[in-house]
Amino acid sequence: MSVVLVSGVSRHLGSSFARLLDADPAVSRVIGVDVVPPRADIGGAEFVRADIRNPIIAKVIASAGADIVVHMGVISTPLQAGGRLTMKDINVIGTMQLLAACQKSATVRKLVVKSTSSVYGAGPKDPAKFTEDTEPRSQPRSGWAKDSVEVEGYVRGFGRRRPDVTVTTLRFANVLGPRVETAMSGYFSLPLLPTVLGHDARMQLVHEDDLLETLRQAVVADHPGTYNVAGDGVLMLSQAARLAGRQALPVPSPMVGLVGGWFRRAGFVDFSTEQVRFLTYGRALDTTRLTEDFGFTPTYNTRETFESFVADRLVDRTLPRERIVAFEQGLAHALGRRTVAELHDSAATPDSQEVRHG
Amino acid sequence: MADARVIPLGDGDRNARLAASRAARKVGATGPAAPRPRKPRAKPAAEATGYAEPDQSPPPAHLPADHGDDGVGAGRDGAGGTGLVDWLDFLRRRLTGEYAVDDIGFDAELTDKVLLAALRPLYDHWFRVETRGLENIPDTGGALVVANHSGTIALDAAMTQLAVHDHHPAHRDLRMLGANLVFSTPFVGELARKAGHTLACNPDAERLLADEQVVGVWPEGFKGIGKMFADRYKLQRFGRGGFVAAALRSRAPIIPCAIVGAEETYPMIGNAKALARLLSLPYFPITPTFPWLGPLGLVPLPSRWVIEFGDPIPTDHYPAGAADDPMLVFNLTDQVRETIQQTLYRLLVQRRGVFV
Repeated sequence: MSVVLVSGVSRHLGSSFARLLDADPAVSRVIGVDVVPPRADIGGAEFVRADIRNPIIAKVIASAGADIVVHMGVISTPLQAGGRLTMKDINVIGTMQLLAACQKSATVRKLVVKSTSSVYGAGPKDPAKFTEDTEPRSQPRSGWAKDSVEVEGYVRGFGRRRPDVTVTTLRFANVLGPRVETAMSGYFSLPLLPTVLGHDARMQLVHEDDLLETLRQAVVADHPGTYNVAGDGVLMLSQAARLAGRQALPVPSPMVGLVGGWFRRAGFVDFSTEQVRFLTYGRALDTTRLTEDFGFTPTYNTRETFESFVADRLVDRTLPRERIVAFEQGLAHALGRRTVAELHDSAATPDSQEVRHG
Repeated sequence: MADARVIPLGDGDRNARLAASRAARKVGATGPAAPRPRKPRAKPAAEATGYAEPDQSPPPAHLPADHGDDGVGAGRDGAGGTGLVDWLDFLRRRLTGEYAVDDIGFDAELTDKVLLAALRPLYDHWFRVETRGLENIPDTGGALVVANHSGTIALDAAMTQLAVHDHHPAHRDLRMLGANLVFSTPFVGELARKAGHTLACNPDAERLLADEQVVGVWPEGFKGIGKMFADRYKLQRFGRGGFVAAALRSRAPIIPCAIVGAEETYPMIGNAKALARLLSLPYFPITPTFPWLGPLGLVPLPSRWVIEFGDPIPTDHYPAGAADDPMLVFNLTDQVRETIQQTLYRLLVQRRGVFV
């Protein structure tokens, strides 16, 4: 039976994870820490309002006798923190304080860090899929991605100084799902999707439920090391836009900064430099280590993740699928033909499944 | 070296093979993207080769295709379905995103229906490509095709992909490895990913070979494609032999491939180096027609092409760890390079003329 401390418990993923752990029989007590009280229900988990940027966190760990620390306190967009400076403080100084507290603690025996695949950056010189050992050719230079690179650096340093503590770093692909708020969910909720003209990014996603389950498994069993976590398969950005029933707005790359700035100032969505590079070149992960060493296969693949996001979140589609199908059928009827879709509907062959998911 | 095994150009055997492969292509058998009705093709092909086409065209099963419920299977397996319905279906799935790409970004259906379709007239009627030795590419399993590079823009690579896709009995997709300039260039990079190509680096080469794909590599890179017309058919340095190491690690055979004809498409008689530096390009070609004739200068000269795939060089008999033996890697690289160079000389001797 273990006592788990979760940092960054007040945002959606943190609260959900606290609830999930609270329900887990292997965990006796869950202590959530954050700067602001949680908006959502955290179940039987206890909440301690403490800023991980100051040394109070050491007292919390000591008084609770926490033996497992889950660090989810790295925030991804300045909009969430109220400015880039605060965001960097929370991410970098917060991690340093938390790790300092862990290093002093006599009880902590495991550290689980929620990191991101954006530490790999995105660029034209990168291989098609990143393994955990791939050296990024284009190191992220700003925002969340750079913070995450620094956070991982401190975590590695901690691992060297406390070799007795099991350290698990999970690099998650972009998270989407019915509830989570991320830069990507904000992006796909735009009525028009700005894309980079002449580029079509490969996107790999992970469903929020799979993210929570991976973290839970890292808590209840020991999996030292770094793991990529992502659903199988990729979607092209243009394809995702069409699945979402959204119209893409290709912007020539010299003007991307300008247009991104408009969207940012209008408060729609956060277009960081890293986000733009991701939307230009895309990124895919090799998850062999996750499935073979860690022993977990995400239940949602990339496409299912995206479809679950679209089904629950994007109700107002500008180009609904039904209208396109109706148009196709109208045109075919006018020409006196039956469409392939109708033929499939009338004799539900397994082929139609293959076409959708093949 | 290789006593001239004379293969006369345009013999009957070759025409039969061409006709057979055309017929095979007409019936088509590449999964969901198969139905590819192109009725008016047989005739111009016969004219182009100057031979009466043997009576090979089967009754066009795809034409009347009555769409009863039992026609469903036929609509999918390539024997039936009207072109119009298939195109509507294709367009609808494009607009609703109901298609699949692999992890590299390869969009098999788009490649077959749009990208390669745009190149087919060029292949059949402009360059009148003759492909030999396709049987050297295995029907299944990984293989590494290594070819000479020429012609200012990578038309030779595109034609090779089309040759392997359309004329190989197993309709294999050639997955090529390109320079990073390809992937940073707008449109070009996007199309390259969708056509199944990826960055020339060992992790990607080994990933594709492990996935039992046919991988194509042009080790001369920009040195080959951007060389002067005076240096035509002289192989440039073959990189660092990374492709050989990848083949050794994956135990995949290396298939040398010689392409004759591409050098004459855009004869590069000058290189505007200052302009190239300004545009951060590896070279800026000046040909007899480009840039003098503007867009018209982009039309390639109609040289007649031969693409010959040589005997596979097996790599599976080397011990594990052979890829880390630089001497072996250099020797194999030289062997592949020499084979391609000798094949080029042989094909050039046999060639009757550049354009005929």
